[in-house]
Amino acid sequence: MPAVATLARNHAEEPIIRVRGLKNAFGDQVVHENLDLDVRRGEILGVVGGSGTGKSVLMRSIIGLQTPVEGEIEVLGENMIGRSEDEAKNIRRRWGILFQNGALFSTLTVAENVEVPIREYFPVIQGDLLDEIASYKISMSGLPAEAGNKYPSELSGGMRKRAGLARALALDPELLFLDEPTAGLDPIGAQGFDELILSLREKLDLTVFLITHDLDTLYAICDRVAVIADKKVVAVDTIDNLLKLDHPWIQEYFNGPRGRAAAAA
Amino acid sequence: MAVTEASPDQNEGNIFRPTGAVTIVRAGSISREIDNLPSPLTIDLGGVERMDTVGAWLIHRAVRDRGARVVGASPQFAGLMEQVAEADHPAPIRPEDQGGVVAELGAWVIDAGRTLWGLLGFFGATLLGFAALIRRPKRFRFNAVIQRFDLVGVRALGIIGLMSFLIGIVIGQQGAVQLQQFGAEVYTINLIGRITVRELGPLMTAIMVAGRSGSAFAAQIGTMKITEEVDAMRTIGVSPIEALVIPRLIASVVMMPLLSFWSMLLSIIGGGLLCWVALDIPPLTYVQRISEVVPATDLWVGLIKAPVFGFIIALVGCFQGMLVSGNAEEVGLRTTAAVVQSIFLVIVLDAVFAVFFQSVGWI
Repeated sequence: MPAVATLARNHAEEPIIRVRGLKNAFGDQVVHENLDLDVRRGEILGVVGGSGTGKSVLMRSIIGLQTPVEGEIEVLGENMIGRSEDEAKNIRRRWGILFQNGALFSTLTVAENVEVPIREYFPVIQGDLLDEIASYKISMSGLPAEAGNKYPSELSGGMRKRAGLARALALDPELLFLDEPTAGLDPIGAQGFDELILSLREKLDLTVFLITHDLDTLYAICDRVAVIADKKVVAVDTIDNLLKLDHPWIQEYFNGPRGRAAAAA
Repeated sequence: MAVTEASPDQNEGNIFRPTGAVTIVRAGSISREIDNLPSPLTIDLGGVERMDTVGAWLIHRAVRDRGARVVGASPQFAGLMEQVAEADHPAPIRPEDQGGVVAELGAWVIDAGRTLWGLLGFFGATLLGFAALIRRPKRFRFNAVIQRFDLVGVRALGIIGLMSFLIGIVIGQQGAVQLQQFGAEVYTINLIGRITVRELGPLMTAIMVAGRSGSAFAAQIGTMKITEEVDAMRTIGVSPIEALVIPRLIASVVMMPLLSFWSMLLSIIGGGLLCWVALDIPPLTYVQRISEVVPATDLWVGLIKAPVFGFIIALVGCFQGMLVSGNAEEVGLRTTAAVVQSIFLVIVLDAVFAVFFQSVGWI
């Protein structure tokens, strides 16, 4: 059930995503080895790492687009590996994904894009009600109503991301995956997107798995940050605690000129 | 499973009392139940345990459209309903109406006119490019042209040869069946020789080259436009016409007659094989007859048409490639357009040539 405003939150302690001993490899090239990660319910977890460390591959493994060589992945308490398509569908309904460039269906308008998952999973919702639901999702994602019948190619990069977010939110997910949501946005657009994610988390009680390069985003909205280096998650903690660690990449990342500038902001 | 109940009440009208989950999963049944209750309506949320934005929207809708009264909402649910109410801005869903058949036809005509005009402009730009190249021949890209020769010509030999061979057999077989009825099966040789040399050789080759190379030109140049390689070229001072278009044009113009000749040859061999097997005409006789019945002008007709077709194919392919702007989808559209337009233009030109050669007496 897409539990959004749950009166009793009894399983707040168990992780919403649990990854154990994950190994991913392409041919001889090993991307992840023995990777562990927990995402807690209700948090915004930022995932950082250098280029090519497999941040996107990790996300793709969790959402089932990439079959790992070995390891366990549990999402929302369900084992994700080796599930049949039907069973996986029931879990997929409970998360939303924003791909890096929006991944909107180019032959459909923005509103029709938002309607696609609803039509797919809840065919009983039709007509006016369906259109109204699409409209308020668009509005909640910070898009003007006029964007509804525009095609993705007619939108700016920032609007395309918001439209992708509206589609990701279509089924009222508990869990939201964002792949570099602020990449390619101007600083004002990026800040607006950060604020949008924070406010949606408050409103909709979301858990957010966020891949980013954007130090400002990390400081502004992430509760915890997971650092991928050396083929595994070397640390998951608040930025303050990460700064105390003696890992060369972490030190360079957060204490470089850009990291310090973001911390000061 | 949650239970809902509706009970008429003297003071408050009808009461809708959903329990359990008011979420997207139950949206269908809840909206039906609300619709079925007559006004005035009171919604009691006291028994609701879970609500998502879709559930909140259903309640909001009842309040907005029917003036329903909501009681028993927890602060959380009230907040959720407030948020969906804030987001209540009806958005247009479907694309704007294009205005029917007439408007579509008009748009199509305008588009076709613009394409033709653009193609003419591109032709001019290419000629200017050639002129500039003649003035400074050192800038001629010899390697690029040779590479295109390989791609357009040499690598097409296999498929064009096979296609022509099979077409020769098919024409021979059809001709033999029909002409046998008059006892004139020996004229199968005339049919094969003349139709392949004069018409089918260049035409089929042109169609194959348009499909193989014209599409590749459009896709390559289109991709380079998207990745801004073409813009980079311009800023460095390299003319895209000179670097991209002219080598492809030359390759196509030079290779088309050679490939057409190859195609004629293979069709004649295919037809000869059929004549030998089906009509008992020995190969030597076949070759002799071919040289007697196919006039030299037929060969000239074929070989004059071929480079013109090649020019058109390369021109349209490069033109469509240069028109690409925006996204990857456009590359596909432009590639398709390149093939369709170049084949169409080739056939139109073929008809023009037919009239022309007839009037000069090369029948």
